[in-house]
Amino acid sequence: MNIELFFQYIAGGITYGFIYAIVAIGFNIIYNTTGIINFAQGEFVMLGSMTAITLNAFLPLPVAIVLSVLITMLVGAVIEILFFRWLESPTVLRMIIITIGLSIIIREIALAIWGVNVRALPYFTGNEVSSVSFWGVHISPQVLWVIGVCSMMVLALQLFFKYSRFGRQMRACADNREAARLCGINTKNMVTLSFVLSAGMGATAGCVVSPITYSQYNMGVPLAIKGFTVAILGGLGNSLAAVAGGLILGILESLSVWIMPSAYKDAIAISILLLILFFRPRGLFGRKEDLREF
Amino acid sequence: MLRIRNIESGYGSIKVLRKVSLHVSPGEIVAIIGANGAGKTTLLRSISGLLKPWSGQIWFRGQDITRTPAERIVKLGCVLVPEGRQVFSTMTVRENLLLGATVRLKRGDHGEIERDMNWIYSLFPQLADRQNQIAGTLSGGEQQMLAIGRALMARPELLLLDEPSMGLAPNIVREIFNYIVRLRKELGLTVLLVEQNARSALRISDRAYVLETGRIILEGPSEDLLQDREVQRAYLGRDLDRELE
Repeated sequence: MNIELFFQYIAGGITYGFIYAIVAIGFNIIYNTTGIINFAQGEFVMLGSMTAITLNAFLPLPVAIVLSVLITMLVGAVIEILFFRWLESPTVLRMIIITIGLSIIIREIALAIWGVNVRALPYFTGNEVSSVSFWGVHISPQVLWVIGVCSMMVLALQLFFKYSRFGRQMRACADNREAARLCGINTKNMVTLSFVLSAGMGATAGCVVSPITYSQYNMGVPLAIKGFTVAILGGLGNSLAAVAGGLILGILESLSVWIMPSAYKDAIAISILLLILFFRPRGLFGRKEDLREF
Repeated sequence: MLRIRNIESGYGSIKVLRKVSLHVSPGEIVAIIGANGAGKTTLLRSISGLLKPWSGQIWFRGQDITRTPAERIVKLGCVLVPEGRQVFSTMTVRENLLLGATVRLKRGDHGEIERDMNWIYSLFPQLADRQNQIAGTLSGGEQQMLAIGRALMARPELLLLDEPSMGLAPNIVREIFNYIVRLRKELGLTVLLVEQNARSALRISDRAYVLETGRIILEGPSEDLLQDREVQRAYLGRDLDRELE
């Protein structure tokens, strides 16, 4: 094993790590405003990338991506309004089961529309064989797109939560829902906004990663599992911890092929998930008091 | 300003309030006293829209708000400072105050919001020193001041205060109660105050109601209630006993 190959694996791990992190942040945003895990999160990623591929058949790539992200955000809003908004003080369990049902329905609809074919968006710059070299490590320019776009999203989200009016109101809603209402904040709108935001982030991630991982109607399932693992690993509700968690999982997965057959790669996420749930349910970076009761 | 008629309310199938009626006139400080579990908090939660009353009616400035959602009631000018303060404990003092002004953001008076914030800092100098401190790290008294300050940022006409003295040292309680009197004097604020600390509440209020097991059993000017045998025995005497122990 030489050092170049090692860094090659690391670069691959970081790429996947960022995608997991974005899915995990999607979980976190909705968890923070509602206290639930939205198991349809992976479906947002799938919808974003499949829609973009379809639109790209007759629209230029950037337009197709922007449109598909907007469409997915709209889907997120519609889902929240149809299935959650009108519930009168629903239990967490009930809402989680609704999200599981939704993820199945969305997947079936996607199967009906797009079939089982594996598709992909074209590379944003260059093609399958072009590469950029850093100190002997060759990586695809698409990897840079993934890392760049995802880190920009994380940064933008931090700024949004810290400095914008709606970001502040969403944080207030996460901190103390009842007090938020007593400040005149419409907490139901904040929940809708959280669905829109995480749908948009998921769809964007789905688009940038599509040239590398390809897209299919059921691509959301493993992403949801890994995103969930990462969200738990970092500590639910914390975006920066999700990035750290994502990178840890991505790199572990990619290095694992050295010692295990690559077919076992997916088992790593599940093992981490179980270990964390058994021994440190608040996550690596979470504080005990942050963990809410289910 | 506020009129309540035959309110019944509760949680699940447990009825807490039984046909409660009361009124608050502009500029008054009205106290509701009663023991633990008498329904004081339930009453304020019902007025502020956090809890939907089972029956009865609530009017605020002539408008029926019985089924109005909590965030709309804030907009109308009736703001609750909830039991246990409920400041946004992960956010800074400044952010807490800004969030209090949420209902005014659409009207776009950002300059005025900033001015109000400075006014609140001059009213509570302790908060001014801690503008960028996380609210969860403030002392109990400071958190109570912040909770009141946050409510004032909405420019309410009626302030509902739920147990502002809860868990505070006696000298801090006195300070908080002085603020309430001062707010009425300076802003002409109307206050409905719920308190277990009956003696302090009766001293600063004009009128009071005594709530017992979900019913109002007594009402009248606060001075009269302070002299009332029954009130002394049930609510004032007990405080004294506790102090003697």
